[in-house]
Amino acid sequence: MFKILQNTLRAGIVTQPYPETAARLALGFRGLPEFDFANWRDARPAAEVCPSGAIAVTDTGWSRSVIVDYGRCILCGECAAATPEGAVRIGRNFEAAATRRKALVISAEYTLDAEGRQTRLVRASSQEIGPEIGRQLSRKIHRILGRSLAIREVDAGSCNGCELEIVALNNPVHDIERFGIHFVASPRHADMLLVTGPVTRNMELALRKTYDATPDPKLVVAVGACGISGGIFGTNYATRGGVDQVIPVDVYIPGCPPRPEALLFGILMAVGRLGHQDSPGAAPSALDL
Amino acid sequence: MREVLEQLTQEFAGRIAAAPSYPDQLYAGIAIADIPAIAAALRSSHSARLAAVFAEDRVQPEAAFYNYYVFERRGDPCYLILRARIPAEDPRFPSLAPDLPAVNWQEREIQDWFGILAEGHPNPRRVALHDNWPDVHPLRKDFPLDTVLAAFEGDQHVYRPTLGEGVFQIPVGPVHAGIIEPGHFNFAVAGEPILYLQLRMFYTHKGTEKLFEQLPAPKGVYLAESVSGDSAFSHATAFCQAVEKASGMEVPSRAEFMRTVLLELERIDNHIADVGAIAMDVGFVIANAHAGRLREMALAINEELTGSRLLRGMACLGGVRRDWSAEQIAALRDAIATLEREFRNLVALLKSSDSTRDRLERTGFLHPEKAAALGIVGVGGRASGIDLDVRRDHPYAAYRHLSWRVPVYREGDVLRRMQVRIDEVFESVAMVRAALDGMPGGPHRAPDLAIEPGRCALSGVEGWRGEILYWVRTGPGNRIERCKIKDPSMNNWPALVEAVQSNIIADFPVINKSFNLSYSGTDR
Repeated sequence: MFKILQNTLRAGIVTQPYPETAARLALGFRGLPEFDFANWRDARPAAEVCPSGAIAVTDTGWSRSVIVDYGRCILCGECAAATPEGAVRIGRNFEAAATRRKALVISAEYTLDAEGRQTRLVRASSQEIGPEIGRQLSRKIHRILGRSLAIREVDAGSCNGCELEIVALNNPVHDIERFGIHFVASPRHADMLLVTGPVTRNMELALRKTYDATPDPKLVVAVGACGISGGIFGTNYATRGGVDQVIPVDVYIPGCPPRPEALLFGILMAVGRLGHQDSPGAAPSALDL
Repeated sequence: MREVLEQLTQEFAGRIAAAPSYPDQLYAGIAIADIPAIAAALRSSHSARLAAVFAEDRVQPEAAFYNYYVFERRGDPCYLILRARIPAEDPRFPSLAPDLPAVNWQEREIQDWFGILAEGHPNPRRVALHDNWPDVHPLRKDFPLDTVLAAFEGDQHVYRPTLGEGVFQIPVGPVHAGIIEPGHFNFAVAGEPILYLQLRMFYTHKGTEKLFEQLPAPKGVYLAESVSGDSAFSHATAFCQAVEKASGMEVPSRAEFMRTVLLELERIDNHIADVGAIAMDVGFVIANAHAGRLREMALAINEELTGSRLLRGMACLGGVRRDWSAEQIAALRDAIATLEREFRNLVALLKSSDSTRDRLERTGFLHPEKAAALGIVGVGGRASGIDLDVRRDHPYAAYRHLSWRVPVYREGDVLRRMQVRIDEVFESVAMVRAALDGMPGGPHRAPDLAIEPGRCALSGVEGWRGEILYWVRTGPGNRIERCKIKDPSMNNWPALVEAVQSNIIADFPVINKSFNLSYSGTDR
């Protein structure tokens, strides 16, 4: 008993107050890549090296369309390394959860020269992922602090990377229970399903049954590149791709895996939406890029 | 192994042909009909262990499939890889499973994935494809990766019936109560004690080995990171080493040392988590809280060194993707010193609790003889007297420059599986220090090299769970023609079945955690 107390006192309080204060990130941390569309001269090398197909380049005559899908990004940083002029940088942002699948996709259109290099930016979508939502969230945090949320985690085919970070939410450093949020053993006790993917053919039925067993109103959060889009596995004979191919999804949390703060950010975002009737989730058509 | 092969060649006169080899892996062609006799000879006369069995589709160029049998033995750094032709028009091979339970699932996987019949297999039911899959063989070359299969119909898996007065069946999963991967456990219990456990795996089968065949080798590294997310760096390194060996790529010495450091860091963070989780499962919540705190320290240094808490995006062909500055190395030295001190406190805390020891000792006993018969590897094996360690037996990266103690116990219970982990954390801390001391300067990555097609190579890594094997055949256009992955979990699941017998059902979670096997690594 004395040893237990001694150890506890020695350790002190280790819980990080995120999101009240910024997350403690290592210097070398790789967040989402950032794209300077205006100064990007050639998107092809980045698209070619991307292991999960998050960057798509389509040329039509003298014009090029570039689509970047953060819902497929595994944060490897290859795109930045392949782009010499610095138009693609490794960012430090991880707060990128979104309520709509489309919000994770940015795009640009260019005109081309004879070598296929981009000469002029014709049109670009907003390159900002995250910050806007962050502001929206901070107002809601106060409202949810008094509320309790029960989460059932479902691994629908993951590599176990996402599970490790979800487990870390329960350790004293991230301590998700300080928000009154806890993980429960049965979907029947749950308000939220936190689902990792890609959804395999062998888990599809179990995921549907788990969804049906969860009482309404319920939220579904798709975790990680695989949970959002199938990630590096995509869709194949054994996988169905992202979670929203099987059940409706309310919030998407990018990452590979998302760090615990990114998960927390997405879960809090989802809770802020609880009670909204106009859920924009359940839109698999948004995936048809 | 060279003299073993010579003896075998004499014994099986004219039916064994040496093939192009490396100094540390010998290849030989055999007749498939001879494999039971050859395997028996290797196991009895030469105390060799069959580490892996797998198949390859060569129907297009050679009108045949090939089965591969990977043997190794203690004190011999050389693998012996036997290759047997199986004609495409008559796809079958004699099963070794009747004498060698270790290959049970591996042979059935060949059956499911390639449609090659394992003749004489005592339980030839499907394992990798569930019963309600149509009649397809996904790893055959004529089966496209993106095939869309019709909705499920047909039989569900039939479990052995649970009979007898007062005997109950408890089905658990695939969606579990904790935050763990999916699998189905079917318990037969008589009151509290477990009579037997039936496993159903492969819920997370993602077509990974097939997907490797579609990706350029550099992208395959990222896929290897996602085979088992808790062993991202170990799997990626095993893949890289196989491709490097096949293509004759020289890895700079500094990169070998950096890989070694990262492999040991992966062992440290996972072992700490497991020690905490084992304590948690017998109600020692505070110990788990400390383990969680320590693990965060370990993950922070992982992120400092690689940009990722789980060591992703660092492995690459020919070395590692980023070099470390003197500041990063100093930070690592500080971090592991703190971690070692804190972990020592945690161990003292665990040892101060008699009730914890009481719950763990003699719980989930795996007999050393059973462990040997099942071919158990890694932590579970070392706690049951199986003295295997790829780092020592088949040195790779910078391990030939380091020395360490391989902890081996014979008691085979949860306590010893935890003790192996505790011992290994301290060994790994010392190895990280020694690797940093010995790390030379120079480049951290070899220049990119085109991969020569048609070359095969095996690579082994002692992941924190145990022996990870990768075998690749290179193809044209920098691609991989076949990538076989063997995670240690593949062998070790049957150990769990043995270990839980006659334990009370309430102890299942802690027994399961003491093995902590990878579902995704098994299912791929």
